[in-house]
Amino acid sequence: MWTWFYKLASPPHFFRIAGMLTPWVMGVALSMITIGIFGGLVLAPADYQQGDGFRIIYVHVPAAWLSLFSYSLMAIAAGIGLVWRIKLAHAVAASCAVPGASFTFLALATGSIWGKPMWGTWWEWDARLTSELILLFLFLGYIALRNAFDDISKADRASAVLALVGIVNVPIIHYSVNWWNTLHQGATVTKLSAPSISTSMLWPLLVTAIGCTFYFAALVMQRTRGEILLRERRARWLELELN
Amino acid sequence: MQEFIEMGGYGAYVWSAFGLTFVVLAWNVHAARRHFNRARLQAKRRIQSQAGAGT
Amino acid sequence: MTKSGFLLQISRDLQVAIRRFGELLQPLFFFVIVCSLFPLALSPRPALLTEIAPGVIWVAALLATLLSMEGLFKTDFEDGSLEQLAVSPHPLPLLMLARVCAHWLMAGLPLVIVAPLIARMFFVPVDALAALMLSLLLGTPVLILLGTVGAALTVSLRRGGVLLSLLVLPLMVPVLVFGARAIDLAVQGAPVNGPLLLLASLLALAVSLVPFATAAAIRISLD
Repeated sequence: MWTWFYKLASPPHFFRIAGMLTPWVMGVALSMITIGIFGGLVLAPADYQQGDGFRIIYVHVPAAWLSLFSYSLMAIAAGIGLVWRIKLAHAVAASCAVPGASFTFLALATGSIWGKPMWGTWWEWDARLTSELILLFLFLGYIALRNAFDDISKADRASAVLALVGIVNVPIIHYSVNWWNTLHQGATVTKLSAPSISTSMLWPLLVTAIGCTFYFAALVMQRTRGEILLRERRARWLELELN
Repeated sequence: MQEFIEMGGYGAYVWSAFGLTFVVLAWNVHAARRHFNRARLQAKRRIQSQAGAGT
Repeated sequence: MTKSGFLLQISRDLQVAIRRFGELLQPLFFFVIVCSLFPLALSPRPALLTEIAPGVIWVAALLATLLSMEGLFKTDFEDGSLEQLAVSPHPLPLLMLARVCAHWLMAGLPLVIVAPLIARMFFVPVDALAALMLSLLLGTPVLILLGTVGAALTVSLRRGGVLLSLLVLPLMVPVLVFGARAIDLAVQGAPVNGPLLLLASLLALAVSLVPFATAAAIRISLD
């Protein structure tokens, strides 16, 4: 078990295994997303309060889930890379940033689109939307810091410190924004979350969310392969691999 | 069918949300592929220049 | 041994700072000027000013601290004394904490002292001034601690100033929320224990964790 694990953590092995797995994972992801979206748009009944407008949750909730998941994964990988000096972990962390930022952007955008018919405005300083906005800033800061360095190993370690400081802060930011929100908005706004959940509404949400997670995994594997190529200095296996 | 597109009056919102999601997901696949190809090209060049310096 | 290193570092930093007294006053001036722009931009109506005062004071304090952060390690990085610090026998996180203390005495404490004056210009009632000072007293060290991580990460970059703000500003959100809310409650005459305790716990958390992150960031930047 452990030897297998160590083997996987060596860049050449990961490069090869990820190369084989990526198309399959992406295939599973896309079919699950298709099934989930079909279930959400066609099979699930309309919500009794929000009508068909509630169907936006089938993209909003998976995006919001992945925005948090990707930041956590990024920070964990960065921490492992920083402490045990594992190049592969840094490569994974670097690969999470762009997909993570796009999911955060999606969560914000779909939340705002949902808000127009439900709240009557495109933007409401709702606790969840505000948290997502700040999370997007954190992602953009991470990407900006990474791009500012010419030396890739320095970029890895500096951005790892930032990701770790960020992940400690994420729950605090979330809590403070919730706290701020409940104080400033006495009236409860209809929440952007799955309403009166019935099974016919829930299963498409779960399938889409799991599908999106697979999709994210496929993207990260693909990008990590690229990041490995950028970091690899020993030419032997690369030569075999590339020619 | 008409009813499905209208989404009980929420059509514009539902479809723009799903459309935007589709665009972002597609762009990400494209971006990941481009990222990998660029890295591959760079690595190839590096190997070639190393081989050139070695001989 | 380590304790004396800590104090030594503080006194050294303070001496250097006093030699450049003019620079020291800049963040303070900035704070005062930014605050006085708001009545000019909005209106001098007392009711309005009192309402916006907590937010204005906290945002201005946040920006003023940020402004003072960029130069924190710059000269030391360029003349090599930061490297000396990193190889000294004293633990680097402790030295970083010392630097934070010294910097707070020079850039944070003046804000705390001047803030009541600004608050009075915004017609904040005298009863609320104690809570205002207390919130700044607890909050500005956290701002400076977070700023040092950003400064340490960007010190080796040629143009790190804007980047530093991008990295650090989102992290400062909780301090802003709790700090401004404390003043707000005090203005309304409500008890302010809640937000002040939250600020105090943020401070405790930041003091115990941030110096390690800063030290790691310094070592990375020196590489």
